[in-house]
Parts: sequence; C-alpha cells; structure tokens
Amino acid sequence: MLAAILALAALAGFFGILLGYSAIRFRVEGDPIADQIDALLPQTQCGQCGHPGCRPYAEALAKGEDDINRCLPGGEALVLALADLLGRESVAMEIKEKIPSVAFINPEGCIGCTRCIQACPVDAIIGAAKQLHAVLNSECTGCELCVAPCPVGCIQMRPLPAEIQRWRWPYPQRQAVSPERPSVPRQDAA
Amino acid sequence: MASSVASATPNTAQRLWRFHGGIHLPDEKALANASPIASLPLANRLWVPLQQHIGAPGRPLITVGDRVRKGQMIAEPTGLISAPVHAPTSGRVLALEPHPVPHPSGLSAPCALIEPDGLETWAELPPPLADYPQLDPALIRERIRWAGVVGLGGASFPTSVKLTPGSERAIHTLIINGAECEPYITCDDRLMRERATRILDGVRILHHLLAVHSVLIGIEDNKPEAITAMQQALAATDLASYTDIIAIPTLYPSGGEKQLIRILTGKEVPSSGIPAHIGIVCQNVGTAAAVADAVLEGRPLITRVITITGRAITSPRNLEVPIGTPIEHLIAQCGGYREPPRKLICGGPMMGFELRESATPITKATNCVLALSAAEAPDPEPALACIRCGRCAEVCPAKLLPQQLYWHARAKDLDRVQDYNVFDCIECGCCAQVCPSHIPLVQYYRYAKTEIWAREQEKRKSEQARARHAAKQARLERQEQEKQARLRKQKETLATASKSTDAGEDSKHALIEAARQRAAARKLTDGGA
Repeated sequence: MLAAILALAALAGFFGILLGYSAIRFRVEGDPIADQIDALLPQTQCGQCGHPGCRPYAEALAKGEDDINRCLPGGEALVLALADLLGRESVAMEIKEKIPSVAFINPEGCIGCTRCIQACPVDAIIGAAKQLHAVLNSECTGCELCVAPCPVGCIQMRPLPAEIQRWRWPYPQRQAVSPERPSVPRQDAA
Repeated sequence: MASSVASATPNTAQRLWRFHGGIHLPDEKALANASPIASLPLANRLWVPLQQHIGAPGRPLITVGDRVRKGQMIAEPTGLISAPVHAPTSGRVLALEPHPVPHPSGLSAPCALIEPDGLETWAELPPPLADYPQLDPALIRERIRWAGVVGLGGASFPTSVKLTPGSERAIHTLIINGAECEPYITCDDRLMRERATRILDGVRILHHLLAVHSVLIGIEDNKPEAITAMQQALAATDLASYTDIIAIPTLYPSGGEKQLIRILTGKEVPSSGIPAHIGIVCQNVGTAAAVADAVLEGRPLITRVITITGRAITSPRNLEVPIGTPIEHLIAQCGGYREPPRKLICGGPMMGFELRESATPITKATNCVLALSAAEAPDPEPALACIRCGRCAEVCPAKLLPQQLYWHARAKDLDRVQDYNVFDCIECGCCAQVCPSHIPLVQYYRYAKTEIWAREQEKRKSEQARARHAAKQARLERQEQEKQARLRKQKETLATASKSTDAGEDSKHALIEAARQRAAARKLTDGGA
C-alpha cells in the first residue's frame, strides 16, 4: 500500500519536473497554429472577415474567437480546409463567392490624392500626389479596399478577362448528351 | 508486307517490347492517305497566332500597317523555353488583336492579321549551313531556335531546347517518331512517303547535334508504303550504319513518346521524368524535316502538312498549308462539306478537341482537322455508374488506376488524385473508349489537372500577396518610428532653444539692473553736487 503510494508519488514528481523543464527548454515563440491557418488564407488583406488583414484573422481563429466561414475570398474550399485543420464542423458560407476581379482606376477621373495608395494592403497601386495613379494588375488581390476611400469614385472592380493561361476544364456533366437532340432511351440489357 | 520490309535490311531484325494496355481502333487512314500532299491557293486573310509553342509568349516585332515579307520574324522569343513566329507570306499587317485560336477553351489569343499581297517576296534569309558537320553545335541549335522549330507531333515544345540536353546524363539514342497511331491522321504517313530524304537529312543533323550512338525510326506497320519509302531513302544515304527503321505493331497509343520508347528500347521513362533522364531524345518525323529546312536552306517554319479528313468532307486529303490559314479556307479547298458535320475536331478523334469556330487558324501544332459526320460521331450514351469492371486499368498505357482517379476526381479530392499520379496520364482516351458505362473519364482527369494547376497558381499568388503585405506593414512601422524620432529630435531642439532664450533674458535683466544701478549712482552724485 505504502510502496504503491510512494511509487506513484515519485512518478508524479518525476514527470512534473520533466514537463516543467520541457516547457522552458522547448518553448516555441509565436503560435504555430496561427501560422498554419495564415498559410491557408488567401492573403487578400481585404478585411471582409472583420479583422484588419489575414494574419489577425488567423490569430483569432487560433484562439477560437471567430467562426471559420468569415473569409469571402477563400470561399467554400477554405472553410473545408480550415474545418479539416482545426477539427471544427464546417459551416456554410454566408455570401456567395465573387468572381475574381482587379481594381481599375479611370484615368479621366483620378485627381492624384493618394488615398487609394494608402488603402492598398499589398502596394499594388503606383502614383504620387497630383500624379495619375494606376493599378498593377499582377499584384492586385481584388480586396476592394481602395474603392471606398476614392473621393471622386473613379475606381471600379473589373472581372479578370478570360485567358487561355487561366482557363480550366469544366467539371464533366453527369449526362453527356448533346442538348439539341433528345437522349436515346436506353435498351434494357435484360 | 511489314515482315518483308523488315527483312529488306539486316538492321531491322531487332527485338521489340510491348507497353502495357493499348487498344485496337479502326484506323480510317485510307480516307486521306491516297492522294499526294497538295498545296493550295493562299487565303485572303491569315490569322497568325503570336504564341504557338509551350513556354513564354513571344514579343511582337511588328505594328499595324507594317509590310511584312515571307519568312520575316514577327514575334521574337522572350525566354529560354520560347520560340519565334515568322510571317507565312508577304503582305500587310491589318491588325494585331485577339482572335480564336485552336484551344479546347475556344478562347482568343493575340494574333497578327496578315493580308497577303500574292507576291511571296522572301525576306532576307540566313545562309544555308550545308557544312554543319564542321560547325559548332551551338551555332546549329541557334539556327533551329531562330527558325521557330517546335515539336510538330502535337506538343509544340521548342525543339532547340530539347536538343540542348543537360550535362548530367549523356544522350545515347535518338528516336524518330513516325508511328502516327491515332485514327484518321495521315500527314506523317504522306510526309514519309514523299519526303523521306528530307526527313533523313534532318535525322543526320539531329544525330550530329546530339552525338548519339544509334537512331531508331519507329513506324506502325499499317503504313507499309511509308516504311518502304524510308527504307529506300535510307539505303541511298550513309546513315544506315547507325539508323534502324523499325516496323512496330499497330496498337493505339504506340505513338505516345513514352510508349514508343518502351516498344523500341524496352526502357521506361520514370514517372514525372522526361526521356532525357534515361538518355533518349524523341522527335517527330515532321520536326526532323523542319530542322533540315532550317539548317540546309535557312528557311523558318512557316508551313506544315495537315490532314483534312472525316466523312463530312467531300475530298479528304493532306495539304501543305501556311501557318495561320483559317480552317474554313482549308475545308473549302477540299471541296467543302458533303454533309453538315456533327463535330469539327482539331487533332485526332481520340486526343483532339472540338473546334467552335471554323475561322480558327491552324498553328504549328495542328496536325489534323477532322469533320465527323453524324454516323461517325454519334451522341455519347448517357454515363452510368462505374461497375468496377477494371477494363480501364487493363488498357491504360501509363499503368494508372483510372477508376481510382475517376473516383477521386469526381469527389474533387485533388490531393488523392495526385497521389494516384494523375500527371502521368497522357489523356489518350483508351479508358473512356472501353468503359462499358460510357463515363467520360478523360474529362475528369483534365478537370483535375487544370484544377490542381490553378490551385498551385493561387497559392503562389497568395504567397506573393503575403510578402507584399508584410513589406508594407514593415515600411509603415519604419516610417512611424522615423516620424517619432524626428518629433523627439524637434522637441529636444526646442527645449535647448528655450533654455538658451532663458539665459538671454537673465543677461538682459542683469544689463537692466546694471543700468538702473548706474542711473541711481548718477542721481546720487548729481544730488550731491
């Protein structure tokens, strides 16, 4: 009886010390879960999730402070990926996904106020005070953060044109019958 | 026939191997292979796509309104894996704008619209390199690159790149692909029958460039005339010491690069590898002829032989066509349609894709235009559930598991599709052909492949955005700190300035005090006096 209690107490003490030592010796700076979440997020930095950028949303998710369906650019696929990573139930998206688009500054309207430049999270707008501004299409993430600050309303979102390089084969239709002819009734093998 | 041809030279008594799977298809080649390659009157308008190869797009060298001459470079390569485009005839550039190009999407890409002037004035061409055995191989490669030669078998990979193998592994065998295994297509067949000498000229150049020990020319045994013609041409040259012409059994897809290598050498190209990894380079017969044109005549690749066939065409045949000719012009030159086509296909019936517009021009990669009648292209039967019969796996020439691929592609589980090596699929269509449930299997694999590519691209883009956002945050922070530092500095200078002002006031007070004392002292003396 006494031997058992002593043995268990000794074990408990030993493991307590081991764990305490490990916590100090192998301490990880930062939050690896937040890093993993951040790697999944689309990095548009659009703030539509209610956080000021992708990283803060990733940190909120890591702490369990927000739902996994807040990211509009990520869409359904991201919700599934986050549910998989965090072991949470997947929740339906609230709003439909948008078509990919980039900002366009109308050169007739731009007054060179630099407000859109300050708003752009990825520095995709070039220009200077009282000079015409322009969007770098290859860098624009389509977050729309530049649209609201424009005092003359000359920024619009334009859908990306269909290009061969970006074209994808469509998901096959289950019924591969051409529409102009009614499908031939199948002969029963029996 | 094939066996008698094979015994004509002792070299062809060679062992052949078999690749996994494959199917026998009705070859339908007799439709178009009877008449010789014809040339045709120029079309009124040529739409020349500015990118006709895999790799980086070309940079246009012309502007609207320019006069161009035949063989003049109109787009220059922009990277290592890139190829130039040349004007197929002389004339005027009417426009540089997007136009539908042969692509499964039916989308438009930048094209030069050239109105021929009918004069066929050649641009100044580089001199022929007839003495190429004495020249530096780099010079010959540069010539092939200048001529815009790309793989004419269909993949259109720049040939000069393929002829520049890495130093890590020596190339020992060159394989010339004359298999032409897909039904209906006969352009390589006619080319071998009529221009065997030119092909062998190209083979000699390629042999010199790659310094290989042996050259194997593989031709399916359903083309006995082509085999005979090539044998005869070979006998008249000095290539016979290292070149073998080998008749291979007709079995689709023996013309696939990896399949042909397996048949001729028994070797297998590793998964996601290229033939150069096992010391082999494979070139199409048409490419060899184009190389000969470039090196021996200094002529760029501006025409190609193309098969116009199908039972909806009045007189199917092979044509030598300037690149950029609209397909409707070719069909009109073949007597037009005998009946309204059910399907217009670019490429063969197995691996080709449907064309939506007949104004689409042909490119360097277009080997066949197929107008199928209603009888040839019946509506696909409705797809039923997979019954797991396994016939697709039996015929797959890449030894994949088509039903597993289908299963995961249908569930959009892209990671699993990749685990089953979807990128080793050559999209030959054997599995879909034998599927008793009529499942469009290849469409699922194509869907999965492009989705995986798009996903990788998005990932790269978000990495870039993350880096740019972090850089902006860092810059803002730095600017904020600099501002703080500046403010602090200003405050300090103000403080020292005010201190010095205080000191100045003290001295003023002292002066005033001294003056007052002096005045008081004077008053005293004045009063005393």
